[in-house]
Order: sequence, then structure tokens, then C-alpha cells
Amino acid sequence: MYVQHKSHAQLAEQFNRDAKRVDWHDETLWLVRIKRDRAASQVAEWEQLREAASQIKNNVLSNLHDYLLQFEQHALANGIHVHWAADATEHNEIVHAIIRKHNINHIVKSKSMLTEECGLNEYLHGQDIEVIDTDLGERIVQLAKEPPSHIVLPCIHWKKEEIGELFHQHLGTPKGNADPQFLTAAARAHLREHFLAGKLAITGVNFAVAETGEVVVCTNEGNADLGVQLADVHIACMGIEKIIPQRKHLAIFLRLLARSATGQPITTYSSHFQKPREGQEMHIVLVDNGRSRRLASDDFRNVLKCIRCGACFNTCPVYRRSGGHSYHTAVAGPIGSILAPGLDTIYLLPLPCVGRAPMFAR
Amino acid sequence: MSSREKILAALKQNQPARQPLPDAHTGRTQPGNLKEKFIQALTDIGGKAVEAQGWKAIAAALREAFPAPAQIINTIPGLNSEFEILSSKFHPHDFRNVSPAILQGQFGVAENGAVWLTNEQMGDQALPYICEHLALIISQRDIIPTLHEAYDRISNSTYRLGAFIAGPSKTADIEQSLVLGAHGPKSLTVFILD
Repeated sequence: MYVQHKSHAQLAEQFNRDAKRVDWHDETLWLVRIKRDRAASQVAEWEQLREAASQIKNNVLSNLHDYLLQFEQHALANGIHVHWAADATEHNEIVHAIIRKHNINHIVKSKSMLTEECGLNEYLHGQDIEVIDTDLGERIVQLAKEPPSHIVLPCIHWKKEEIGELFHQHLGTPKGNADPQFLTAAARAHLREHFLAGKLAITGVNFAVAETGEVVVCTNEGNADLGVQLADVHIACMGIEKIIPQRKHLAIFLRLLARSATGQPITTYSSHFQKPREGQEMHIVLVDNGRSRRLASDDFRNVLKCIRCGACFNTCPVYRRSGGHSYHTAVAGPIGSILAPGLDTIYLLPLPCVGRAPMFAR
Repeated sequence: MSSREKILAALKQNQPARQPLPDAHTGRTQPGNLKEKFIQALTDIGGKAVEAQGWKAIAAALREAFPAPAQIINTIPGLNSEFEILSSKFHPHDFRNVSPAILQGQFGVAENGAVWLTNEQMGDQALPYICEHLALIISQRDIIPTLHEAYDRISNSTYRLGAFIAGPSKTADIEQSLVLGAHGPKSLTVFILD
């Protein structure tokens, strides 16, 4: 995990020394927020969708015990191995045991804020296992040995010239080339080699359906799919709050997620993994890590309804002008300040920025 | 006590009083012209729509867009006489040069330009993700308004992999500049059969 010894205010002050850069960061994120507003305004029933999503999540949290059992039962029947992890350490050990069983020392991983929360990459690195983050933004911050600064836009704090220099050092691109099209093509070629060599792929989970035992993973790049479909083993890691009751509820959540995140009507890929590919081994790791404790708190239970769209980041003026690295948590920003296990008194709901999120309609 | 038992016991203890499950049928936008709306949505997300009168027209359009020696792989019976058929001789790694893979979609969604297909239509599950270019084919009467109707149609069917594919693979991770072809197909063409 990334240990920091300075306060949010001190780190924000550091970030604010370059006023022009702060303005750029602020404006870039506000633009994403505007895209969200535009997308939301095109759906006449937007507020109804938010309300329905919020109520479904209320129902999930009030019945999580049974829904998890139902999910487990169906996933097992679908031929998936299901694991339960009480905390981050147990999660990391479960994942490591699967990797070790297959004698693998190189794995590909798509975006998963849960594995960030658990410090999986550092843990596996300590076990001599190389983890390649395959989301472009996450690969950029990984090469720079940084954590992501935003859950949807991991390297939103990086300038293209700096990425050009980073790629020059690590991928051998020509010095001074900062063209996003060119740099993305270079990353595509670099990561393609890792996909082709990847025997084991880790993904996060956006939604897990109790009724069917399937998990849904959303990306724009297709990196989760490429990783999983070329690998012999797929491990999907999820917090226990990712459960939704029925498949038809996906309509509501998928209509909200990408519009709230980036203003897209849907992500390019919304992949429903119900059974392993023929010959493939599939695992799901269900992680508590403080969530069951949080469920008891009337003040904080609602953070478990979060679908990680990142809309609150783009809305929050403090986040936009202090940067994701000024926070002390794996998930930065407003929602991160109340999500992190162990934090109980930093902010109190409802923050106005979190009020932009689909899940907190009322 | 195992972690499973510990977590379940804590949940039973801590979960609040039962809240009802709401009616999932919220208001639904009914786009006027489904085909027009689908084409607009697909174009907005970087995809391309081509209306075609029959398989011959699709084959001709593909040959024009991807002239020889492009490697075209097909999984659709209607095009079997025109293009190489997906077979078990291929290793998934072979698909990386395929331009394009041609797959049947089950239906299209007008509100977002997405096409639904499952492992049944993919032939090989790696194919739609690793190919260089992708072509999906849907029938005009299989365009539905929103994701609600989509899940009505998917209903309780089972699959290994079920997928919405909406446009080409893309990223905007470098300074929010949109680039098509992040890891997967660099282009997506959806043929709409009359």
C-alpha cells in the first residue's frame, strides 16, 4: 500500500503550487461532468432510473446475506469456484494460491479498485509475480510507480508530453513524440504481447447477479475481455456489495453507469460472464474487508450503494483542484473519503458532489 | 469458523430491516424511428452502420472495405459461400490479423448503439475482441428501444459469455483525446439487413 505521511491539505497545497496545471486539471474534469449532464438530460426517465437503482441497492443491503448465498449457489452450479475473503490479506492469499497452483509468474489484470484497496499488486510483486495492468491509464501510472488518481480516469493528472517521455523510457518510443494516437498505438503493441503471453487474467466486477450467478465487467478498451479470453484461468475479484438481485436490474444500472461516468450511453464492452469458457478455470473472490461492519452503521451504510461511476470526482471542486494523490485512500475523491474501511468521521453524507451519483438519488 | 461463515454471520447481524424490491420497469424512452436512432447512436460512439439488402450486398461491401489479401473470417451461414469459415484449425492468437471477423448479432439497442451476442455467435470467444476489425450483422426488425427491452429478450437464457458490444475498442486515457482501437478492434461496422 502507498503510505503517506502528509495531510490532505498539505498534499493539496503541493499540488496547487502549479496554478496553471491546477486550472487544467479542474477544467478537464469539469468537461467530463458536463458530458455526464448532457447524457443524463437525453434520458427523460433519468431521475426515475436513479431512484429505482437506489431502491434496488437498499433492498440488496437489507438482504445481502441471502443474495450472496443465492449468488454462490448459482455460480457454483455454473462451474465457477467461489472464495470468501474476510479482509485484504485473505483476498491476496487466495489469489496468490490460485496463481501458485498453476505455476504462473506473469499475469494480466484489468481495472479493479478492489485489488487497489487490497494492495494486490504490491503483495504479488513481493511473491515474485509480475502483474501487468492492462487498462491504458492504469498501465501509465503503473510504469510511473504511482497509484491511480481517479477511479475511471486513472492518469487524468498526466500531461501527454509526460506520457511521451514515460513511454520513451519504458517502451522505446521516439523522444518528444506526445501524440495521443501514436502513444496509444505503442501501448497497444506493448500490451498485446502481454495479452498473448497471459495465462491468468484478473478482472474486477461491476455487477454480480444473484439470480443467475453471472458477473458483468464493463470496459471501453476491451482489455478485460482480451485478458480473459486468451487466458487459461480467470479470477474475478469483487466486494460483497456488488450484488444485484436480478438480471433485468442490469438494464437500470447499465443505463446509469457510463452516462454518469463519461457521458457515453454505454461502455464499448459490457461482458456477462456466466460460465467459464470451455477448458477455462474461473474463480470469483468475494471480499468483505470492512463492508459487513459498515453495513451496521446508519450513517455510512449508503456508501455500499456506490457503483464507482466517478461522477462525484468530476463534480467535487476540492478533488478537481487538489488531485487524486492528495487523498490517503485507494479510492480518492469524495466517495473514497467515506468508502475506505476504517474511516468513520472524515465526511458525513450527503456531500453535494456525491449527490450527483446515481445511487444517492434521495 | 471459516471466513464464509464469519462474513455471513456478520451480514445477518448487521443488515438493516428488509427494504422492498422496487418495480424494475421504470419509464422507458420510446424512440420514434428505431433504425435511425440506432444508426445515430452507433455513429456517435465511433461505429459505422451500413444498411444492406441481402447477403450479396454485405459481401460486396466487405470486399470493397477490406480488399485482398485481407483475412476475413466468417461465422454466419448466409455468408459461408463468400468467406472463410471459422474452424478449429485456428488458435485464438491467429485472430489478431483478422480484418474483419463477421459475426451475427442477436439484436441492436437503439438508445446506445450496442449489439448483443453470446458465445454461440462468436464461435471462439476471443474472436470479437482480438480481431483487427469487426463486422456485426443484425436484422432491422431486431432493433429494440432500450436496455429494458434488451433484458426482456435475453430473459433467463444461459450462456458462457453474453456481450454488449457498442462501437470499436477505444480509450481517452491520454489527456481525454479519443483514440479508436485501444486493445481490441479498431473499427466496428454493423450491417443492418432489411
